[in-house]
Amino acid sequence: MAVRDVVVIGAGPAGVETAAALRSRGFDGRITLVGGEDALPYQRPPLSKGYLTGATTAADIELRPEAFFEAQRIELIRGDRAARIDRDGSRVVLGSGRPLPYGNLVLATGSRPRTLPLPGASLEGVLSLRGLPDAEALRRRLTGPALRMVVVGAGFIGLELAATAGGLGHDVTVVEAHSRALARALTPPMSARLTAEHRERGVRVLLRREVTGLCGDSSGRVRTVELAGGERVPADLVVIGVGALPNVDLAVDADLTAGDGIVVDDLLRTSDPAISAIGDCARFPSPHLGRHIRLESVQNASDQARCVAAAICGDRTPYSAVPWFWSEQYGMRLQIAGLSTDHDRTVVAGDIDGLRFSVFCFRRGRLVCVESVNRPADHGIARRMLAGVPDLSPEDAAEPGFDLKARARQRQLA
Amino acid sequence: MAKITYKHPDGTVTVLDVEAPNTVMRGAKINNVQGIEAQCGGSAQCGTCHVYIDENNTLPLPPMHESEDDVLYGTASPRRENSRLSCQIPVSDDIDGLVVHLPEAQV
Repeated sequence: MAVRDVVVIGAGPAGVETAAALRSRGFDGRITLVGGEDALPYQRPPLSKGYLTGATTAADIELRPEAFFEAQRIELIRGDRAARIDRDGSRVVLGSGRPLPYGNLVLATGSRPRTLPLPGASLEGVLSLRGLPDAEALRRRLTGPALRMVVVGAGFIGLELAATAGGLGHDVTVVEAHSRALARALTPPMSARLTAEHRERGVRVLLRREVTGLCGDSSGRVRTVELAGGERVPADLVVIGVGALPNVDLAVDADLTAGDGIVVDDLLRTSDPAISAIGDCARFPSPHLGRHIRLESVQNASDQARCVAAAICGDRTPYSAVPWFWSEQYGMRLQIAGLSTDHDRTVVAGDIDGLRFSVFCFRRGRLVCVESVNRPADHGIARRMLAGVPDLSPEDAAEPGFDLKARARQRQLA
Repeated sequence: MAKITYKHPDGTVTVLDVEAPNTVMRGAKINNVQGIEAQCGGSAQCGTCHVYIDENNTLPLPPMHESEDDVLYGTASPRRENSRLSCQIPVSDDIDGLVVHLPEAQV
């Protein structure tokens, strides 16, 4: 008899939500969740924010309590990693040698921080942020005496760290090679406003500056960050935040199609239909862009988890969720609905100086993305609009005093 | 501790004893009640823990903050007079017996 059991590799939000959704849909086979880490599965977004200040504790960020896994008959394997996939034998072999037979295998292996091949990258005091141990190492330093901290990379992680560390009284410099912050993720007006806010709050943001090396003292601690052109920035702590790479090794070793992500179809199946890939590690066809993309977000992880659990239970609905993202810096709430990739026009509505505004992004006249700061109604309404055919033109958005919430309210009453 | 009743759109009912300091959202998540997503983890960002408070409710619920009100504009199922985000309702003895109705869709 064929094995129905599901093995999920990776116990981040993608993996945990897959296991949970299978059970809540009534899947009755064995479910094994291979964690790798020692901690109970946790939420990552607080690791660059409240977890570093102590406002958020380890218990606050648990995805589910330990009793949940027992009650739901989900075997959670911690501290043992998947070593290889034996596709001919339909089993995963763990590092400990334990075999896990599967009917369906879900790869939710996540991503890891990209490293920079810099001289001095292994000095004491040079960190990156991905998991709980990284956050603990950072928290120990950031809750101590004031430091000179250099963040390499003005992405979400880098800017959130800069805001958190600045708020704790540290002297923070952000160094970014590109001509603007969050160049891949945000439109120019949003990126400019965010950069201005950091500068107003005392964070130095250096753009178009290449880091060429890190120098330490005789005890091996980092002391200086060297930039192209010879500029030197003193540093007691350096955090590298230059993006993430998908964890594809298991898939590649098993001859599944993979490159920058494990390639899947619209039902999130890899080149082997018994194996799916979801979350940060998956490269999937986006109906919103008409090509394969990879996204690193909680939304993508949890929506793909529900999609793959449904498919395993026989409900094969192609993945089409509207991507959305959020960030929090200095208590301001940045939310992004949709993908601004390839947009050709932006319209700013609201109070940009007072930090209550949205940037509406259009591609050939069609709304494709809305970036909002402290305008959660705009964000929510935009997500709904982007799930269908949005009826908002750039000219509408550019009307003086345009307010998406007032428009929605009027339509509700109409 | 409070007894919370979650009524599903298909007519089925889940009754849970939820301990403080959880929220009505967290009570559903830790017991794997289908129909509550809470993708943002309970920070009133995403609107995927939307519930309708039972129309006969007389229990005292915390007032709605502006951010919750704003987020409710973007829920997947229509917003009604009795819409709330379940992550903004802390569990306490005061809400023992609360009945919430789950919407057709959260995302």
